[in-house]
Amino acid sequence: MQDNATYAVDIRSAVKRFGSFTALDRVSLSIRDNEFFTLLGPSGCGKTTLLRLIAGFEDVTEGEILLFGEEIETLPPHQRPVNTVFQNYALFPKMTVEENVMFGVEMRGARRSEARRRAGEMLELVRLERFAGRRPAQLSGGQQQRVALARALAPQPKVLLLDEPLSALDLKLRKAMQMELKSIQRETGITFIFVTHDQEEALTMSDRIAVMSEGRVQQMGEAREIYERPHNMFVADFIGDTNLLDVTVDRIEDGRAICHIGGGHVLTCDAVDGIGAGAQVHMSIRPERLVLSDEALGAESLAGTVVDNVFIGTDIQSMIQLENGPRFAVRTSNSDRGARRIFAPGAQAFVNAEPGAARLLID
Amino acid sequence: MAGGGGTGGGVSASTYAGLRYWLLLPSWLVLGFIVLAPVGVMLIYSFLTKEFRGGVIWEFTLDAYDQFFFDRGLFGDEPPKIEWTYILIFWRSIWQAGAATLLALVIGFPTAYFIATRPERVRPIWVFLITIPYWVNLLIRTVSMKFLLRDQGPLNDFLIWTGLIDTPIHVINTDVAVQIGLFYSYLPFMVLPIYAAVERYDFALSEAAADLYATKWVALRRVLLPSVRPGVIAGCILVYVPSLGAFLAPDLLGGAKNFMIGSLIEEQFKGNAGNWPFGAAASMILLTMVMIILLLFARQQARAEREG
Amino acid sequence: MAAGRNDIRTYRGFGTVTYLCLFILYAPLIVVAVYSFNASRSITIWEGVSLAWYRDVFTGPESAKFKQAAINSFSIAAIAATLSTMIALSAATALVRGGRFGLRTLSFGLISLPLMVPEIVTAVATLIFFSAIGFTRGYLTILAAHIAFCIPFAYMPISARMQGIEESYEQAAMDLYATRGQAFRRVLLPMMMPGIVSGFLLAFIISLDDFIITNFVKGAGVETLPTAIFGAVKQGIRPNIMAISTMLLAVSILMVTISYFVSKSDDAR
Repeated sequence: MQDNATYAVDIRSAVKRFGSFTALDRVSLSIRDNEFFTLLGPSGCGKTTLLRLIAGFEDVTEGEILLFGEEIETLPPHQRPVNTVFQNYALFPKMTVEENVMFGVEMRGARRSEARRRAGEMLELVRLERFAGRRPAQLSGGQQQRVALARALAPQPKVLLLDEPLSALDLKLRKAMQMELKSIQRETGITFIFVTHDQEEALTMSDRIAVMSEGRVQQMGEAREIYERPHNMFVADFIGDTNLLDVTVDRIEDGRAICHIGGGHVLTCDAVDGIGAGAQVHMSIRPERLVLSDEALGAESLAGTVVDNVFIGTDIQSMIQLENGPRFAVRTSNSDRGARRIFAPGAQAFVNAEPGAARLLID
Repeated sequence: MAGGGGTGGGVSASTYAGLRYWLLLPSWLVLGFIVLAPVGVMLIYSFLTKEFRGGVIWEFTLDAYDQFFFDRGLFGDEPPKIEWTYILIFWRSIWQAGAATLLALVIGFPTAYFIATRPERVRPIWVFLITIPYWVNLLIRTVSMKFLLRDQGPLNDFLIWTGLIDTPIHVINTDVAVQIGLFYSYLPFMVLPIYAAVERYDFALSEAAADLYATKWVALRRVLLPSVRPGVIAGCILVYVPSLGAFLAPDLLGGAKNFMIGSLIEEQFKGNAGNWPFGAAASMILLTMVMIILLLFARQQARAEREG
Repeated sequence: MAAGRNDIRTYRGFGTVTYLCLFILYAPLIVVAVYSFNASRSITIWEGVSLAWYRDVFTGPESAKFKQAAINSFSIAAIAATLSTMIALSAATALVRGGRFGLRTLSFGLISLPLMVPEIVTAVATLIFFSAIGFTRGYLTILAAHIAFCIPFAYMPISARMQGIEESYEQAAMDLYATRGQAFRRVLLPMMMPGIVSGFLLAFIISLDDFIITNFVKGAGVETLPTAIFGAVKQGIRPNIMAISTMLLAVSILMVTISYFVSKSDDAR
C-alpha cells in the first residue's frame, strides 16, 4: 500500500447528486504524483462533474477529496492549489494574453514584476511570447488553447485539470497538441488530470485511464491493459472495435473456460472470477488479434465463409460468417499483406484467435 | 435559461448563491416600499371616508365603490339606481384602447413582418429606427401630435394645399384624435414582439404550404399567422394595457368631453376638489382589469409554449 | 436579397406600410423640430429660419423657470439612474448567478412590477403612500419614485448581458486564486460594462421623460421639464415650448443612440 500523502489526488467514495439525479455514484480514485491521468467516458458519464469537484466548482454530496493527503472538499476554488484548462478556454476577453497569464500569479500575491516574468516563461513554454500584447479574440483557436494552458500552469499548481481542452480544435491541430501536452507534462512534472470522450486521445496520451459510465468508474488501469483486458461489456465496447459474442460457458478446466459460441463452435479462454460453468456471458475479441487461414491451424480454428472485405486505410477488415454461428470481423494490416493472404468474398476460410485474445466479460 | 453548468448535470449558474439575499435586498426594499406597499395602502384608502380638502378620514366605508356604481341622488337618500357616468368612462376607455390597438395592429403587423424579412445585418437598424420614438418623451410626442392635427396645423395646411380638401378636417377634441394619439404613443410596442416572432419563424413552413398549392395569402393566414400568434397577442397586450390607463393622449387630444379612466383618476387628486378614496377605488378597478388581462395573457402564452 | 415575384416571403404593400409607419412615427417630431426654428410669434405662419425661440428659452421671461426645471430634471435623472443601475446590477447578480431558489420568480416579478402596473396607478399609489406616512411632497419624493420605476429598465440590459456571459470566466478567475469579489470586479464587471452603460442610459431617459408619476408626487413649486412643459402647453402651444421640446428630444435620441452603439460595440469582442 502506498502512503496517502504520496497520492496527488485521492477521491474516496465521492457522491454527487443534482436534485434526484446522481451524477457520481461512490467514485473512488487514487491519482499518483507526476501522472498523466485521464477520465474517459461518453458525455453525461460524470467525468466533468468529477473534475469540477476537484476544482471546487461543485460541492461533493458525500465523500472526501484529498490533495497530497489534505482534505480539500470544503475549500473554495480560490484556495485550492489546482488549476483548470476550460473546455471553452474562458480567457478573459478584456485582458491581454499576458495579463491573462499573469492573473493567477498576481492573485497568489506575487508582485507584478514577478508575475510578468513568470508569464513570460509560460508564454515561451507554449511558444506564444510574440502574442503577449494581443487580446484573446485576436488569436486562433489553437493559440487560445495554448494561452489557456500557459495561464493555468503559471501559478505552479500541484495538479492541472484539463476539461476536454482539445475538443474545439480540428483533427490535425489536435494531434499536434496531444504531443505538445504530453511533453509539457513530462517537462513540468505536474500531475495532469485530463477529461475526454475520445478514446484514441486517451490511449495516446495517458499513463493511466479511468473509464467512466453512468457516474461510476468501470475500469482503471494503464492504456494497454484497458485496451487488451477490458473488464466488462461497456469498456470492451467503448474502447476500440471488438467482436462481442454471446457465449455459454461449458466448463472450467485448469483456469481455462471452455465456451460455446453458437453453431457448435467452441473457443477457450482464461477463466474469470465469478463466471462459472453454465453462465451465459459475453466474450470480446479484438479484430486485429484474429488471423485468417485457408486450412485449420488447430482444434479451435473456426470454419466460415468470407462475406465482405472493406478497405479502411492501414487495414483491411474482412467479415467472416461461421456456419450456423456468429459473424466475425477480422483485421489484416496492409503492411503484412505479403505474409497474410486476403480471401475473396465467397471463399472458405478459417478464423484463428491469437493466444489471450478472447476475453470473458462481466455483465 | 440562465447560463448552464457544463455537461455535468445542468445546474444553473450559482457563483453568488451565498450572497443572493443580500444582493436582492436593495431591490426588495426600494420596490417594496415605493411600489408594492403603496398599492396596498391605496387599497386601504379606497375603503376610507373622503376628506373634503383632499385626503381621507380613517373611517371604513364602501362609499367610494358605491359612488362608482350607484346613484343615490344628490343627498344620498333616494333608492339606488345604476350610476352610468363612470361605467361609461370605463367603457369609453375600453373601446378607445381597443380601436387604438386595432389601428396599431393594422400598421404594426406588416411593418414587423417586413423588417423581419430584411437581410439579417440590416434588421437591427430597422428595429432601432422603430424603437427611437418610444424613448422620446411621451409628453413631447403627444404635444407634437396635437400640433400636427390642429385645425390650422401643418397636416390640414398640407391637405388644403394639395387640393384634397377645401376646409380643415376637425380632428382635435374628438374620439378619433384620442385613438390616433394612443396608437401613436404605443405603436413600437406592437411592432417589436411581432418582429421577434416572425424572425424566429421557419419559412420552410411557408414554402411547404406553397408547394402544396397554397397561395401566398393562404400560407400567411393558415401557416404563418398561427405560428406567430403569441407575438401578435403580446403586441396587442402591450398596446392595449397602457392605452387603457393613458392620461396624456385623452387629456391633450381629447379635450374635456372625451374623458377616459386616466383623466378621471387624475381629477380626484388635483387641488382640493378631489376625492381620494374615489380615485383610489377607480385605480383599484383599473388595476384589477389590467391584472386580469395580464393573467389571461400569461396563461395563453404558457399554453402556446406547451404546444410548441 | 432577391425579392422576386415568386419569393414566398414578400407581400406586396408590406414595404409601403413600413415606410408609412416610419413616417407616422417621425413626422410629428420633425414638424415640431422644424417649427421650433420659425421666426414668427405665431405657430401657424412660417416666417423664415431663426434661433429666436431658443434664445427665448435661455434668456426670455420664463428662462428662470425652465432653468430650475432643467436642473431638477437632470439631477434627478442622474441620481435615479445611478442608484437604480446599482440596485439592478445587484439584483441581476442574484437572479442570474444565484442558482435556483424559491424567491427567484417572486423577486423577478417584483422587479417587473413597475412595467405591469399602469403608470397612473403607480402614481396614485405612490402619492397616497407618501401622504399616509406623512412625507412632504417635493424633490425627494420625485427622486424616490424615479429610482423605483427605473429599476426594471436598468435591469433588462444588465441581466441580458450577464446571461450572455458564461459562468466559466468567473470560475477561471477563482480557479486562479481570485476571491469571489476579485472575480466580480476584475473579470465579470469589465465584461458587463456594455450592459451597465446601456442600462444606465435607458434609466436616465426614462427618468428624464417621466411625466405622470412626477406630476402626482412633485408637490407644489417643484417642477421638472415635462411638468413645466405640460403646464405651459395647457395655455396653448407656444414656439418656445417647441424649442425646449426639440432640445429634450435631441438629448433622448442622443442617449438611445449611444446606448445602441455601446451594446453593439461588444460584438467585436
